[in-house]
Amino acid sequence: MSKLSGIGGRLYRGETSIDFIGRRRRWYSVSALFILLSIAALSLQGLHLGIEFKGGSSFTVNKADATIEQARSAVEAVGIPGEIIVQKIGSSKVRVQTAALDTAQNNAVQDALAAKFSVTVESIDTQIVGPSWGKEITRKALYGLLGFLICVMLYLAMAFEPKMSIAAIVAVVHDVFITVGIYALVGFDVTPATVIGFLTILGYSLYDTVVVFDKIRENTRTLAATSKSTYSHATNLAVNQTLVRSFNTSLIALLPVGSILFVGAGLLGAGTLKDLSLALFIGLAVGTYSSVFIAPPVLAQLREKEPEMIALAKRVHSRAAAATLSSSASPVAASGATRGPRNQPKRKGRK
Amino acid sequence: MSTTTKPVKAPARPVRSLIVLALVLVALVALVFVQGATSVRLGLDLRGGTSVTLQPRIAPGEAGKVTNEAIDQAVSIIRQRVNSLGVAESEVAAQGSGTNRQIVISVPGDTGRRVVELVGQTAELRFRQVLATAISTGTVDPTATPTTGVSAAINAKFAALDCSKLENLQGTGTDAPTDTIAVCDRAGTTKYILAPAEVLGRQISKASAGIDTQGGNAWYVSLTFNDEGTKAFGALTTRVTTLGEPLNQVAIVLDGLVVSSPRITEPIPSGNAQITGSFTQLEAQDLANVLKYGALPLAFDRGEVQQISPTLGADQLNAGLIAGGLGLLLVFLYSLLYYRGLGLVTVGSLLVAGSFVYVLFLLLGKWIGFTLTLAGIAGAIVAIGVTADSFIVFFERIRDELREGRSLRTAVETGWTRARHTILVADFVSIIAAVLLYFFAVGGVRGFAFTLGLTTLIDLLVVFAFTKPLVTLVARLKFFSSGHRLSGFSAKSTGTLTVIKEA
Repeated sequence: MSKLSGIGGRLYRGETSIDFIGRRRRWYSVSALFILLSIAALSLQGLHLGIEFKGGSSFTVNKADATIEQARSAVEAVGIPGEIIVQKIGSSKVRVQTAALDTAQNNAVQDALAAKFSVTVESIDTQIVGPSWGKEITRKALYGLLGFLICVMLYLAMAFEPKMSIAAIVAVVHDVFITVGIYALVGFDVTPATVIGFLTILGYSLYDTVVVFDKIRENTRTLAATSKSTYSHATNLAVNQTLVRSFNTSLIALLPVGSILFVGAGLLGAGTLKDLSLALFIGLAVGTYSSVFIAPPVLAQLREKEPEMIALAKRVHSRAAAATLSSSASPVAASGATRGPRNQPKRKGRK
Repeated sequence: MSTTTKPVKAPARPVRSLIVLALVLVALVALVFVQGATSVRLGLDLRGGTSVTLQPRIAPGEAGKVTNEAIDQAVSIIRQRVNSLGVAESEVAAQGSGTNRQIVISVPGDTGRRVVELVGQTAELRFRQVLATAISTGTVDPTATPTTGVSAAINAKFAALDCSKLENLQGTGTDAPTDTIAVCDRAGTTKYILAPAEVLGRQISKASAGIDTQGGNAWYVSLTFNDEGTKAFGALTTRVTTLGEPLNQVAIVLDGLVVSSPRITEPIPSGNAQITGSFTQLEAQDLANVLKYGALPLAFDRGEVQQISPTLGADQLNAGLIAGGLGLLLVFLYSLLYYRGLGLVTVGSLLVAGSFVYVLFLLLGKWIGFTLTLAGIAGAIVAIGVTADSFIVFFERIRDELREGRSLRTAVETGWTRARHTILVADFVSIIAAVLLYFFAVGGVRGFAFTLGLTTLIDLLVVFAFTKPLVTLVARLKFFSSGHRLSGFSAKSTGTLTVIKEA
């Protein structure tokens, strides 16, 4: 642990520096690859939607020796339309999923299962979703997503600067895409709980990005006046300086989510807890990646296009060339140059 | 620190702020006992029961728009039906926003099928002539003379009808318009025999409540019929107005229960009627709303039905609690390992935040009927991470300041001013997410959004009023300021090259 802290110190002073901004093409291509995979998975396999979205009924019988075959034969005898999916959940539960049924059919299935397993109708956990309900839920989720993105973009534009909000949203959209892609690829069930998870990820991913951007803003505030570092180099230093923080906040956020996933999948087998925490777990991991590898490079790229920043970069490069008498103003060297005057004299001045 | 150092802004009195926070917590706990809110209200998914989500829509074959008033009216009709089951703590509420609201019915216990069958039907409004009326005493009056022209079966039903019984106030929705029926009024005090319906709710075109400023400020309800309704209502009123009591009354029946039975004082061929009486403003508006609703009755699409057995409820509650405990424990362990002595501040802060959340769950259950659902528990667990994140942002900032060569006491203050901004922005984003989720969503999602929003607010409170003051205090301790190996501020753990000792 303290070894990690030591790294924190070296990253802070710029002694150890990972070039996040300069190698942005590399990170972009990694992400582009994942996004392409996601699109492919989405278009080829599609999402495995739960009955909440497509309509249908689900009946869960809690009986120690219940078998899939028993349940299937009981339900097939009722003679309902559509496909019947029977699953064993945990050691003592059997779940039957059917297409959307009317009230009489639902009651018939319940009665058949109750008779087969000699349990009461009331002890069968039932979920019935009307066929039009899914559209309603999907529409609401989409409205929520759009509303959230717009609000956050406006807020970040006010709290930070407009280009930061663009970069943050790019990172968030990236996260959603990849997370949804993973769902399509692996074929996890998508339920309303999953959607809650997706929406929460957005908040989380932004939390991380906000932490990084706050540092970037601090580092770049006096940039134009000092002409010692380009916007990209200052940004890179900020990302390195907040790296330990990003790692820690993500890990701390993942610990409780991981425990929900563990308990939800382990003890309950299926349901709200598992769906929610799985989406969160995947999304958090992707979100941490994007707040370090995607959001800052995008921001730097956007800002470097501004005329002042181009001018600044020119000044910095000529200074660096003059100082080192070499044209290889590598990012590390440049940020190293920032570090000295930035830290030491200040300390002496204070003493 | 030498005397030439410009002093940083004096720290806001940490002890005082801790005492204030402690007092607030004590006051809240006292409130819990005063209000007798000693257990968290659990949602149906944690204790078993049936929940039905209905989407109100315009009935097939009708044209018009769902209005807010119509949904309110639908909620009260369904509440009437559900209450007739007599199950304690049943709830009927509209969720969502505007005319897109859903009606969510939750009934604890084992009533599954009955609830589902009860709530799905469209409630109709009809005008029927009153044939007989009596105060419902709850006992059969053998001396009562049977009403002439009514079948013996209906007479017997009328005689036996006890309107104080909940099941008779269900509002059946099955009163066929062509039948003669024996029914109760909404309040459960009077029973009626009613003739077949002659005017239907759909034939109303307008209804409103008004006040007659000249006639002693009396409230009245005026209603206008469409062409068909005007003819039918004209014929009905012309026929009954000359008859004796109670045959000259026309009952307004909504969902099989009498809402009002005004006496017809004159034939009304114009299609414009006024109902007067000793209405209060509220009564007049209620009646007007009932009539408006009748003009365009809503059909209910059954969106989702969920029946959860008490066994599953208990399992889910257990799982939620175990996951919460485990998550908290892991976060404790990690902060202690990584932040050493400072980790204790995290543990303390999380415990304080946890107490606030628990106490507020209790109180909000009492005040606004907050119920804790599985998704809500998940929201609270997820919030452990968000809360701990803001401590990390703060601690890492302090370490940054130490790396700049500041003394611990100075580092805490300057680190705080910077971390504060980050924490505020980040938490505000969480709050935006929570608020939007709450307003766009229905059912479980709302529970999640609510707890997430609540815990984020508590996070802000705790960071500002507990964590910061506490860190200011511990920074004065020699154990921390000297950079002890286990303090979390040692040169090794911050990666500072030289330890700057206090002068």
